[in-house]
Amino acid sequence: MAGLEKKVTAFQDENLSGRSQKLFFEVTEEENFTYYGNHDVDFNKRTEIDCKDLDGKELNQKVRNALLKGYGSIVIKNPGAKHALGVGILNKLNLIFEGSLGYFGVGCIDGPTVRINGRVGWSCAENMMSGKVVVENNAGSCFGAALRGGDLICKGDAGARTGIDMKGGTILVGGNAGAYTGFMMQRGRIIVCGNVSANMGDSMYDGIIFVGGEPRSLGTDCVEGEMNDHEIRWLEQKIKNAEIDCKVPASKFKKYVAGRMLWNYDNLEPAEKKGILG
Amino acid sequence: MVKKKKTTKKKSPSSSKKKTTAKSKDTKTGYKVVGGAKLKDKEIKSSREKMIGQHIGYRYDVNLIPDYKHLTPFLKKYIDIMGWDDLNWLEDIHMGFEGDTPAVFDRNANAWITLPKKIKLPKGQQDRDMLARELLIKFQMSPNHPLVQLKRTYTKGENFKLVE
Repeated sequence: MAGLEKKVTAFQDENLSGRSQKLFFEVTEEENFTYYGNHDVDFNKRTEIDCKDLDGKELNQKVRNALLKGYGSIVIKNPGAKHALGVGILNKLNLIFEGSLGYFGVGCIDGPTVRINGRVGWSCAENMMSGKVVVENNAGSCFGAALRGGDLICKGDAGARTGIDMKGGTILVGGNAGAYTGFMMQRGRIIVCGNVSANMGDSMYDGIIFVGGEPRSLGTDCVEGEMNDHEIRWLEQKIKNAEIDCKVPASKFKKYVAGRMLWNYDNLEPAEKKGILG
Repeated sequence: MVKKKKTTKKKSPSSSKKKTTAKSKDTKTGYKVVGGAKLKDKEIKSSREKMIGQHIGYRYDVNLIPDYKHLTPFLKKYIDIMGWDDLNWLEDIHMGFEGDTPAVFDRNANAWITLPKKIKLPKGQQDRDMLARELLIKFQMSPNHPLVQLKRTYTKGENFKLVE
């Protein structure tokens, strides 16, 4: 008993807060809308880059050079489904790909608006921080893996594990989504206008999945939630903004959320654990 | 004259009690509905929580979707400048708390930014969230942001060098 008391005191003494940034910031300072040090670009200044004889690294360098010159709209011709194109752009930009992308396209971006007139391979827009990515055709698996913010839109079908480990942002799929959609998602929203394959929302910690069709089965700790009028209005607007021709009205969508049974997993009895995991 | 017998039934205390519990708790399953999710044993404080003396989990609804009726002119301007249709990444930003002080979490600095005392905290969560978004943009885009200093000191390579 004495040992336990000592332990409690030790933990209570530990300072878990106090990480606030009070010293660096004045609310009265000048208004800025882009990160300090970002390139000042003009959306009306447009250039084209042909990717035919370039590899991913060379193309990404050319995009950066164009940003330095103030180009706000860049069109990439002949991307040829090459991997890791348009990654690491931390600037506002209007980027258009005239073709398909390979694996890890437009990953780790923060700010740009990207339109891909084709398909995308695995892990498109993984770790995106902010911005908007529109894929006009189908997407491969792990679409929007570990997404942290922004809007990711696929007008066709998306593969398995769409939105795996996502921590924010919105993924919108105009068609169907594959198995394990929303697997281990921690925050954010997934909207699927069509059907979803097996084990939707498996081990999801938080976040919302809206489904226009039917999920084949729900994963561990994914439960149906109650939708309110405010969410319906938001959903309608989001689908409209994404220019998706969704045949299901927003009011008919179903909402799925985390049952939060896994939140205190360590405290559960073995029988309860077995029950959750099915 | 025959007196009409009163037929109104008195509400039994048990039925009214049942009604109030049905609002917050599904009696069939024993689940409590919070923010659209069916929660079991929401109120239970785990031993870990007791040990660290803090509540585990969020102190606000992280799934709250923004109401665009509450959008401020500053945020409208930001959306226009970025060329987006809506709040984009800011949809996930909410006013939370650091200790007892209202604060917004900055993912770039991995820290809470507390609301200055001279700013009055609005009553509704939607208005609070909009204020949190404004505050966060001001902080993140400031030349005084701690990441600017880090970048100035540690960035390697021409591509990521700070342009000043």
